[in-house]
Amino acid sequence: MAAWLGWKIESNWTDPFLFTIYSIVKPLAAAMILVVMYGVITNNQFGSPVFAYLFIGNAFYQYVANVMVGVSWAIVDDREHYCTLKYLYVSPISIPYYLMGRGVARVLITTFSVFIIMVVGVAFLHIPFNPAQINWPLFVLSLVIGIIMLAMLGLLLAGVTLRMAQYSFNIGDSVAGALYLFSGAIFPLEVLPAFLRPLGYIMPISYWLELIRRSLVGGVAESFPTFAAISDVNLLLILAALSVLFGVVSVWAWKKFDWEARERGLLDQTNNY
Amino acid sequence: MENHYAIETQSLGRVYKIRNPGKKENKTLTALEGVDLQIKPGELFGLLGPNGAGKTTLIKILTTLLAPTHGYASVAGYDVSKSPDDVRQRINMVSGGESSGYGLLTVRENLWMFAQFYGIESKEANQRIKTLLEIVGIADRANSRSSNLSTGLRQKMNIVRGFLTDPEILFLDEPTLGLDVGASRDVRSFIRRWMDDDPKRTLLLTTHYMIEADELCDRVAIINKGKVLACGTPASLKQSLQKDAIFHIDLDSPKVLVESVFSILPGVTSVKIHDNENKTIMDLVLDEESALANVIATVTSQGAQIVTLQKREPTLEDVFVKLVGQRMEEVEHADAPAS
Repeated sequence: MAAWLGWKIESNWTDPFLFTIYSIVKPLAAAMILVVMYGVITNNQFGSPVFAYLFIGNAFYQYVANVMVGVSWAIVDDREHYCTLKYLYVSPISIPYYLMGRGVARVLITTFSVFIIMVVGVAFLHIPFNPAQINWPLFVLSLVIGIIMLAMLGLLLAGVTLRMAQYSFNIGDSVAGALYLFSGAIFPLEVLPAFLRPLGYIMPISYWLELIRRSLVGGVAESFPTFAAISDVNLLLILAALSVLFGVVSVWAWKKFDWEARERGLLDQTNNY
Repeated sequence: MENHYAIETQSLGRVYKIRNPGKKENKTLTALEGVDLQIKPGELFGLLGPNGAGKTTLIKILTTLLAPTHGYASVAGYDVSKSPDDVRQRINMVSGGESSGYGLLTVRENLWMFAQFYGIESKEANQRIKTLLEIVGIADRANSRSSNLSTGLRQKMNIVRGFLTDPEILFLDEPTLGLDVGASRDVRSFIRRWMDDDPKRTLLLTTHYMIEADELCDRVAIINKGKVLACGTPASLKQSLQKDAIFHIDLDSPKVLVESVFSILPGVTSVKIHDNENKTIMDLVLDEESALANVIATVTSQGAQIVTLQKREPTLEDVFVKLVGQRMEEVEHADAPAS
């Protein structure tokens, strides 16, 4: 039901044709900004493994921005915009499940966006992508674990959003923006100053993006040193372990922030921004 | 868990901490203090009080949206602090004066979705939606996006949302706030009908409209500044003033009459004077009718003339004035921030 609502909210604001155009143009435009910047800086070295690294990382990072932020954004949306959060809380549903449901629509739309970006990348930008060489089991498993992990991080963010009635509009984008730099999305973690690298190593997103690259374009991933010493299986185990760890932390944090929000009367507090 | 009340509170209190910039300690605001209520299954119970009296705070605590800072509250036999999930299985709530709802969904979709959240089978939900929309008079807008509805129609949609799930205990927070007179009357008659249809249903309603409390409620608690001042049937509350003599006097006065001049007269329990359309109106509660002579003499000595003098039956407004010392309207104006 929450997924149905999420889909309606994401797609129902315009007619289906315009929505389809929007869903194609928006992610492409966002990707092209990076492509143009890369082209200017490197004098159009699109055949370099660096470009494939950056392009794939950036394309799949959309899941981070959309799923994680999407789950938490439902709190802001329902509390501030639709003023329905208190009625959801009064109902017998589980709010965490509801939030996950709201994120499902984002997963579907993001999957479509990533597909479009990858098609354009392969067709026009020389991404070395060979369907026959893709490690499909690794890809599917990584993708599924990654999406669950992102949804759980979204729950953590939703708890923080619930607890911070003021300024909650900015939390999701701020976190997604910060993680963009610390998760190896567009450059290897080695590029970061040494004291900042641990941030990247502790984030499951870094391992997830590496697994996605390895499964899709193995050769490109091997050109970068960050996780070169770790096998695919070990990388997957690390991702799974960190996902469970962050999942447990997220559930604990959600319960804590949920209780604190009730204590402080924040469940229906609007700021009228 | 063993509890024969639908709703029960014991010494219930809620204190808000408010940030005090530049100071070490936060300020505190007491929204509720020592509230003791027992509401039986099947009762339509009203909380009557001015804006800011603590009515919404109490509803928020009972609906598990807000944790109390003191005391205990149970709904359907479950502690609202310890068993919020059990409480939520059995309640629903509607707040008046707001435009909540998913604007991108139609009226029917909004209602259907909430029915699903409560586990109502889809066919049954659609049937109930159809019936309830007809009752509140918006069946023709069922397929309109709720963002296209006026505030009043949206409020009607929300009222349907509350009744749709047929809860064991329903909380209505100022359900007719912002509705026009006709719509308010429709809503009130629907509430009464809904209660009469099933004697097991319990409804807690907050209002600052005297007529709503008087017309609808089996029992009323008068609340002000977070405290319950009196509780009983509307008739018994009014009965408490029966020994008093209540007069409504229209005056033509060349100068402003001061209440304190009258309140010190022997036998005067309370006096309220206010101007209304070039008339001065005096509402008077006397210990006994004989005290009226002194009041009339004083009115005359102030240079005022009596246009009409009417003895009337006590109302809940009189009960409120006697308990608080001010009319509800005056309390609201006194508490409003200066503009």
